[in-house]
Parts: sequence; C-alpha cells; structure tokens
Amino acid sequence: MKTESRLEKVLAAGHLAVTSECGPPRGAMPDKVREKGRHLLGIVDAVNVTDNQTAMVRMSSLAASVILKQEGLNPLFQMVTRDRNRLAMQADILGAYSLGIDTMLCLSGDHTKFGDHPMAMNVHDIDSIQLIQMVKAMRDESKFQGGAEIKGAPKMFIGAAANPFADPFELRVLRLAKKIAAGADFIQTQCIFNVDKFEKWMEGVCARGLHKKCYILAGVTPIKSVGAARYMKTKVPGMDVPQEIVDRMASVPKEKQPEEGVAICVETMERLKKVEGVAGFHIMAIDWEEKVKEIVERAGLLPRPQV
Amino acid sequence: MDNFEPVIVAFCCHYCAYTAADMAGSQRLSYPANVKIIRVPCSSKVDALHIVKAFEKGADGVYVAGCLEGDCHFKNGNSRAVRLVEYVQKYMDEIGIERERLEMVMMSAGMGYRFAQVATEITEKIRKLGPSPIHAAISL
Amino acid sequence: MITAERKPLEELIEYVRPYKRILLVGCNECVTVCAAGGRKEVGLLASGLHMALLKSGSAIEIREHTLERQCDPEYVDELVSMIDGVDAIMSMACGCGVQELARRFKGKPVFPAVNTKFMGASERQGVWAERCQGCGDCLLGKTGGVCPIARCAKQLMNGPCGGSTGGHCEIGEDVDCAWALIWERLKELGQEERFVEIMPAKDWRPGGGSGPRKIIREDLAE
Repeated sequence: MKTESRLEKVLAAGHLAVTSECGPPRGAMPDKVREKGRHLLGIVDAVNVTDNQTAMVRMSSLAASVILKQEGLNPLFQMVTRDRNRLAMQADILGAYSLGIDTMLCLSGDHTKFGDHPMAMNVHDIDSIQLIQMVKAMRDESKFQGGAEIKGAPKMFIGAAANPFADPFELRVLRLAKKIAAGADFIQTQCIFNVDKFEKWMEGVCARGLHKKCYILAGVTPIKSVGAARYMKTKVPGMDVPQEIVDRMASVPKEKQPEEGVAICVETMERLKKVEGVAGFHIMAIDWEEKVKEIVERAGLLPRPQV
Repeated sequence: MDNFEPVIVAFCCHYCAYTAADMAGSQRLSYPANVKIIRVPCSSKVDALHIVKAFEKGADGVYVAGCLEGDCHFKNGNSRAVRLVEYVQKYMDEIGIERERLEMVMMSAGMGYRFAQVATEITEKIRKLGPSPIHAAISL
Repeated sequence: MITAERKPLEELIEYVRPYKRILLVGCNECVTVCAAGGRKEVGLLASGLHMALLKSGSAIEIREHTLERQCDPEYVDELVSMIDGVDAIMSMACGCGVQELARRFKGKPVFPAVNTKFMGASERQGVWAERCQGCGDCLLGKTGGVCPIARCAKQLMNGPCGGSTGGHCEIGEDVDCAWALIWERLKELGQEERFVEIMPAKDWRPGGGSGPRKIIREDLAE
C-alpha cells in the first residue's frame, strides 16, 4: 500500500469501488456541505470535492473536504492547475494532508471562459500530468517540485481523469498511459453514456496492460430530464450522449424522467461491470446526491465493504 | 440651410460607373452637378484614407461605384470595395458622421440611366440629411 | 510579427483633448504589416481625430510621421526636429515603440494609439493568429512545429484535454486544438513516439518568470 487512503484499500482488496461527488456551495455555508455529505455517508468509499468546478468560484475544495472529513466521509480532494501556481498547489497539498486528507484528483480544469470570472488569468503553471508527477515526487521521494526535501511528506493516493470520448480518439489511450506513467494510481472517467465507445477505449487500455497498472473507475451520471440529456449532448465539450438515450428520456412523461434517468444509470453500471479493467464506479449526480444511495443499492454495491 | 447644396464625391470605377457616366452624358440624361466624379481603375483601389479625407475636407456624402456583382474586371475588386465601405462606415460611427453618408453602389458600363438615377437619389438623400457635421464645423 | 489593433477612437480622443498640437507617430515594421499603425493608419487616425474634435468644437493640429522602426533609438532621433511646439505624442507602434518615445522625449506625454496583442502570423489576408508567447525555451522541435504554450488555451504540455472536439478547442469552434494539430504533424513526420514522452514542468524563468528579460550580445554591445 502506498497510502492510508480508504479508496486504495477498497481497490487493493479487489472490491468494485464507488465514489461520488460533492460540489461545494457558492457561499460560506458549511451546512450545505454537511447536508450533501449526509446523503453519501456509508454509501460511497470516497467523495470527490470539486475545485471551482466549471470555473465558478465556490468554497475551496480543501475547506469542504475538511468539513466532509469531520462528518465521517472520505474526501477526494480535487485540484485544478487553472487557479494556482505550483507553490500554492504544494502548500495546499501539505495543508490537506495535515488535515487528514489522503486522496486527491489532479486536473487541469475547465477554461475560465465558461465560468463567472472569464476575465481571470488561467494560471496553468503546470499541467495535470505534471501535477501528478509533482504529487508523486512529494509522496515517494519527499521532494518539492523545486527539488528541496520535504520533512513530513504528504502520502496522497493519486487520481487523474480520463475522457474516452474526446478527440482525437487515438490519443485517448496514449494520454491515459502518460498519466499512469506520471504516477496516477487511479482514474475516474468522464460520464459514460456511449458504452460501445467506452468498451472500444477499454480494449485499447487493456491491450497495453494499463488496467493492471492503475485502477479505472467508470464515470456514470443519472440524467434528470430529457432537457438535461439534450444539453449534455450538444453543449458540454467532450460529452458523448447517444441519440438513443435522449429518445429514451423523451419517451416517458416528464414526471417519470428522473426515474428513467436512474434506470439508465443502473443499467449502464451493470453493463460496465462486465467490461474488463473496470475497477469501480464514479457516480456524478450533480446536485442530486440524494439519489446516489438508490443507484448504488440497485447496482448491488451496498453495503460498502469494511476495510 | 434652405439653399444647402451638398458636395458629393463619387469614386467611379473606370470599367463601369465612369463609362456609365459618359453614357449618361451622351444620352443627354441630366444628373446633379453636386456629384464630383473621381475616376479609379477599380472600386477596390479606393482606400479608406480617400474616403475619410473627402469627409475631412467637407464632403457631405461619398459613394463608391463599382461593377455589378461577379462582373469585376479584376475578378473580385468590387466585393472588396463592399467590405471597405462597411469598414469605413464603422469608423464613421466612431468619429460621429452618419454612416448613411457613405454608400456602395454597383452598375455596369451600359447603365447610363442608372448612373443618373443613383446620382440624383444620393444627392436628394444627402440634401435631406443636411450638411455633414464636419462641413458644418468647417463653415463656422 | 508583433500584432496590434487600434484603440477605440473615443479613448484616443480623451487622451489628446487637452492638447493643441500633437505628433502622431507610426511605425513601418510589424504594425504596418498588420494594418494597425503604419503610414496609412496614421493618416486615417489623424483625420478621424481631427474630425471628431472639430465636431465637439475644438481644433487640434496633428503632425504625422512614420518611422522606419520605432523601437530603435537611431530611428527615433528623426523626431527631434519635429518635436518643438508639440504638446504631446501619440504612438501607433507596439508597446515597445511607445516606450522608446517616452524614454527619448522626457518632457512630453506619450500615449498609445494601439493595443499590442500578440506575436503571430498571418493566417490569411486580414487575419492574424497567435503563434508564440516568447517562453524563452522553444520546444517546437518536440511538438511537430506547433506550440502548445501559445496555442493551447490551457497551455497543456502533454496532450489534449477532455474538451478537444473535432479538431477544435473547447473554448470555441474558431480555435484549433493545438494538440490535434501537433498529433497530425507528428503522424505525418512518423514521430508518434514523441507524444509518449512526458514533458516535465516548465521552467518559466526564461519566459519572464525571473523578471524583465534582456539579451546581451557581448560582441555587439557597446
């Protein structure tokens, strides 16, 4: 074991891991974080805490992670390279680890153009792969990125993201390989709606033996409405929502659509369980945390293993 | 300004509007003497500076007359002139000169009647608009 | 070249309004090529300013001059004979030219007439696009001749992000995905293996991280 991370323990024991997500509030409202966390307590192995997601200012990922930790959850501290330089990032990593956070996800982050501060500078001192390298060197070599020694190295279980649906498709496996070579211990993928394409990507992943070097958690999202399906299909860069999904959502009356969305999500998970290399699930129920329990239960993944 | 006589500068392409002006003359078609014709080898040879200088020196209206669409003697000079006119109109917005005072028109060499008609229409339009703010300021 | 765009006339009018006589200085280099501040633009701006001020009842005398190169002291000296009686200078050169004028003519206010934008190339007639950010440590040899620092919206050095779609960047369909371009080039060159190498965190010191930069060629420097 590289770390004390509960997520690592679950994965190392060979269980299908389950993670979910909690977007911190846009205000100093710690109770909001607690409320979201309560829906996930005992349901998932770790909770991603987003870092200014979609480039909108929110309570810091670090602070919200600590609040969740106090509530008995295992926060998965997300960090984007968009908002701070390597000094600030390393400082936050030391701080997070000192506060009991041992799992993190390294991202580049959505461009500021999409957020509420489009006038802000995109920092990108380092990119997501270099962030992975940095966190790994901090953990395994007790070294800061600048080369100096760290006393009290943060032992982070290192995650990264992968989007099998973005272009150019032929680079998607190679880019995953780079993230793993840089030091990613686990991967959470973009929401999977196009399972065929995901399977094709996983074939490439397995052909290179990457699934043996890293745990791959398949990302899923329950769709709330046909409107949401259409929005994700057309408006979100790098999302692949097949027309069948939109049609299926449209085929049921509005009040039944949330239920249908959950059913699609559970069916997708069942299909993904059979895909070689899938080590678990990352359920992104955006502002719909209360549904996660039902999804995990219906997917036969409750209770969560004790490790 | 009851006796206002607008000064209008017409940049006319040699291959169409300028010949059309000749044609109008030989057909005894009259058009307002307000229009001062400047012959250019192609409407695209008119520069933003020529147009702006015309206004600076007191022109009340300017138009660029080029060949009919697709008929430019030099392939696409006339469509470039269209874009130039739009560009200068934006600059006129910034300066504070009504953009209606600048226009792009198209005609063929044989359109003597159209030449006279355009010259008359534009003169009347500018007459209604009154003197350009620059003309007015210079005259003070 | 260095690209620039004229500032809105409104802003420029406010700069010159207090003055009776100004010297408007263009530059024959980059800003001429990108049609922002060459001789012709100097003429256009002089006319525009003149007319706009005339409209509001104030007169201004604008002397026009375009230098061969505004960022070289030797050329800037040419202005010495024109500067007498001038209340202020407006420069249509890039920021380098503006500063050179300000350095040379200590007693005169100097105003920029253009916004200096980026180092770019002409994509087609009338269109210029960013190509270089002057990072001081060129990596084009590793990226198939396409710069991810200048041309990837996130400056990613190790491949396309998850927003790359159909060859364009997530920020807009009019922006190419730099990494899609890099990958195409690497394939054409048979250098696909270059993609697999991880490019380490960049040292930004040569790129301005260590403060204002200077080049000293000892054989030439006096």
